Amino acid sequence: MLYFSPAKIISIVAVLLAAVIFALPNLFDKETVASWPDWMPKKQLQLGLDLRGGAHLLLTMDTKELRENMLDNLREDVRAKLREAKIGTVGTGLTSDGVRVRIARPDDMEAALKALGELSQPLTTSFLTGSDARNLEVAQQGSQGIILRLTEAGLRQRVTDAMGGAIETVRRRVDAVGTTEPTIARQGEERILVQVPGIDDTQQLKDLLGKTAKLSFHEVHPSQGRSAERLPSRNGYVAFPAADGSDERGTWYYLKKVPVVAGDDLVEANPGFDQRTQEAIISFRFNQSGARKFGRFTSQNVNRPFAIVLDNKVLSAPNILEPILGGSGQISGGFTADTANQLAIQLKSGALPAKLTIEEERTVGPSLGADSIESGRLAGIVGITATVALIIFVYGTFGLFAIVGLIANALLIVAIMSAIGSTLTLPGIAGLILTIGMAVDANVLIYERIREELRNGKTAVNAIDAGFGRAMVTILDSQLTTFAAAVIMFWLGSGPIRGFAVTLSIGIFTSIFTAVTVVRLLVALWVRSQRGKARHIEVPL
Amino acid sequence: MNFIPQFKGRQLFLPKNELPIMAFSRMAFFASMVAMVASIVLWSSMGLNFGVDFKGGSMIEVRAKAERANIADLRAKTGGLGLGDVQITSFGTPQDVLIRIEEQPGGAPAQQAALKKITDAIGDSYEQRRVEVVGPAVSSELRTTGIIAVLCSIIAIILYVWFRFEWQFAIGAVVALVHDVLITIGVFSLFQFEFDLSTVAALLTILGYSVNDTVVVSDRIRENLRKYKRMELPALLNMSINETLSRTLMTSLTTLIVLVALYVLGGEVIRNFTFAMMFGIIIGTYSSIFIAAPLLSFLGVKRDWSGIAKEAPAATTT
Repeated sequence: MLYFSPAKIISIVAVLLAAVIFALPNLFDKETVASWPDWMPKKQLQLGLDLRGGAHLLLTMDTKELRENMLDNLREDVRAKLREAKIGTVGTGLTSDGVRVRIARPDDMEAALKALGELSQPLTTSFLTGSDARNLEVAQQGSQGIILRLTEAGLRQRVTDAMGGAIETVRRRVDAVGTTEPTIARQGEERILVQVPGIDDTQQLKDLLGKTAKLSFHEVHPSQGRSAERLPSRNGYVAFPAADGSDERGTWYYLKKVPVVAGDDLVEANPGFDQRTQEAIISFRFNQSGARKFGRFTSQNVNRPFAIVLDNKVLSAPNILEPILGGSGQISGGFTADTANQLAIQLKSGALPAKLTIEEERTVGPSLGADSIESGRLAGIVGITATVALIIFVYGTFGLFAIVGLIANALLIVAIMSAIGSTLTLPGIAGLILTIGMAVDANVLIYERIREELRNGKTAVNAIDAGFGRAMVTILDSQLTTFAAAVIMFWLGSGPIRGFAVTLSIGIFTSIFTAVTVVRLLVALWVRSQRGKARHIEVPL
Repeated sequence: MNFIPQFKGRQLFLPKNELPIMAFSRMAFFASMVAMVASIVLWSSMGLNFGVDFKGGSMIEVRAKAERANIADLRAKTGGLGLGDVQITSFGTPQDVLIRIEEQPGGAPAQQAALKKITDAIGDSYEQRRVEVVGPAVSSELRTTGIIAVLCSIIAIILYVWFRFEWQFAIGAVVALVHDVLITIGVFSLFQFEFDLSTVAALLTILGYSVNDTVVVSDRIRENLRKYKRMELPALLNMSINETLSRTLMTSLTTLIVLVALYVLGGEVIRNFTFAMMFGIIIGTYSSIFIAAPLLSFLGVKRDWSGIAKEAPAATTT
C-alpha cells in the first residue's frame, strides 16, 4: 500500500499538473484567455442563469393550431387538384384528421382518386428505412365521397419540421435582442428551451416570441368587402376581424382566403415613420417572386382596396392607387415606435409556424445573481476554513496531508467542470462545498482505521498499510451509493438541480482518486523519510 | 519531508468506550416510531407548503428601492386584481418581499397574463430579483418525476445493499432511509417550509449520505461477524457501532460545519435546501447508529459465512 513506483508518482503529478492547466482559464477574463497559444485549454466555467442573471423560458408550440393549418392547406390543395383535373365537386369538409370531399359525378371517381393520390407523398424517413409510410391516406367513401387522412407518421414529421423552423425563427428573434450566447434547444416533442443570460427586461423578449407574425396580403370581396357583421365563409372568401389597434375596430372584412402574397416572400422589413403623418410604419420589400405576384395583382385591381393581414387580423385595407411593380411599400396600423420595431424584427425573422406559449419561466435579475455569487463565495471560504482547522486539529500532520488532498480534489473538480463546459449554479456551489465536507470522509475512514490498528499494537508501517487497505472497500461502497442518488437527481432535475448533481458526481470520483493517490503518496513519502531514523516510528496522527 | 511539522491530533471521540447503544435502542425505536407517526399525521393534516415547482402558479421576489418594503401597500395593490389567493411575505431583509400567486385557470398563458398584471400593479418602486412561473403541464410533470426519483433511489439503494450484504442489512438500511425521509417531511410540514425541487434534491442527497453511513457500519459488523463467531449478536453489534462511532461522528461534523456556513451565509435562495440537508444529516446519523444496526438483532444475521445455516436469532436485546 505504501509503495509507489516512479512511474506511478510521475503519472499522479502529471494528472495534477493537467488539472492546474485546465483550471487555469478560470482565473483570467475571456480576452486574456483567448490570446493564449492554441494548445492550451481555454474553456472557462460557465456561470448558470441563477448566478449570472438571465431568463429561462420553456416554450410549447400549439400543435393544435399547427394541425388546423395543415388541414386548411390540405383542403385548398384538394380543391386545386380537382379543379386542375376538371372534376366538379359538391362540397368539401374537414374531419378531425383529414379532409372529406364529395365529387359531382360518380363516374369521375377513378380520375379523382388518381388525381388526389398525387398529393400523398412518402415520408422522408422512409427513404432510409425503405418502408412504405406515406404522409397521407386517400380512400373512397361511398359512391361520391373521398376521404383524405393525415397519417400519424406524417403528422409527426410535420411537427418535427415545424419545430425546426420554429427554433430557427426563435433564434433569429432572440439574436435581435442582442445578448451574449443564448441557448435555444428542442426539449422533447413539442417544447423549446430558451435561455438568455444577462437579459434585463424579459417582457420585451416575451413579447417578441409571443406573436406568430404571419403577414399576408389578401384580395377584398368586390361588393361585401367591409361589414359590421361576420359573414359565413363561401366560395373561398372568409371573414377576418379588424385588428385591435386599427381604426376599424369592430368591423369585419370579407377577404379571399388564399393570400396574394405572404410573409414568406418578404425580404426586408424596417421600422420607420410616414413622411406626411409622422405615424410609425414598417417599410417592406418582397423578393422577385413576391414582387411579381404583387405587381400582377395591383395592376389588375387599381382603385380597389386590398387587405393587409397580420396573424389573421386585418391591419388596414388601403386602396390601390397605381400598380406596385417594385415589390416594396409600407404598412401602417396604429403602431407605436416600439411596436413597429418589434414587428419589424418578427417579420424579418420569419413567421412562427404556430403560437408559442410559455410553459415555464425562471428568471433571475442580475442583482440577485451577483448576490448569490457573493454569498456562495463567503460561505465557501468560511466553511472550508473551518473544515481545514478541524481536520488539522484532529489528525495532526496526517491532517495536513488530507488538506493537500482536499486542495487537489477541488482543483480536479474545477478542472473537469471547465473541460466539459458544465455550468456552475448556486446549488452547484453548495454541491461543491458539500463535496469538500464529504470528501473528508474518505480520509477519516483511513485515518480512524490506522489509529485503531495502532491501538491494537501494530507497527507504524503495518498500521498505515492496513488502514489504507481495509478502508478502500468501505470507501468505494459508501461513495457509490451517494453517486447513485446523484445520477437519479441528474436524470430528474433541470438547470440548477442538475448543476448540483454534476458537481456531486464529479466530486465523488475526484475525492476517491485524491484519497487513494495524493494522500497515500504523501503518507508514503513521509514513511520513507522516517526510515532509518529511530527504530520506532511515531505516527503523527 | 523534514520541513513538515510533526504533531499529533486530538482524538475527539474516545474509542472503545463501549457506549451502551443497544440498551438505548428500545427507547430509540419507540421515539422514532412516534416521530414517524407524527410526521404522517402532520403531512396529512397540515400538508406540505409546495412551491410553484409542484403546485404551479407564479412567484416573484422583489426588492424595494426604498428603505423598507411596504407590505400592506403591496397587498392593497395586488388584492383587487382578481387573481385569487395572493401571498405576500417578507423574505430575508426588510426590503425583500416574496409574492406568490396560485395557479390560474386557463393553462400556461393565464399564468403569464397574471404575472403581467402583478408586475404592472407593483410598478417602478420595486426591482424584480427573481421570477418563477410554472404552468400546469410542467408542474404535474415535476410532481411525477419528484416522486419517481425518490422511489427509484430507495429501490436502487435496497438493491445495492442487498447485493453487497445480506438481506437483513438491506432491510435495516431501508427502514433507516424511510425513517429519515418521513421525519424530514414531517418537519417541513410542521414549520411549513417551502417544499420545491431543491428540497427533493436535498432528500435524494440525504438518502445517499445516510446509506453511506449505514454501509460503513454494516461493513464493520460483517467484519466482526467473521472475526468473533462466538460473540452474542447484541454485544457484537454494540461493539461494531462503537468502533465506527469516531468515523461516523467526525464525518457528520465536517459536513455539518460546511452546511451551517452555507445556511448562515449562503443567502435566502438556498436556505430551505441547506436546512433540509442539515436536518437530514443529523437524522441520518442518528438512524444509522440507533436504527439500522440494532434492527439486525431483531432480524438475526448469519454468523458463519462459510456456508453453514443461519444461527437462531438472538433472543434478547440487552
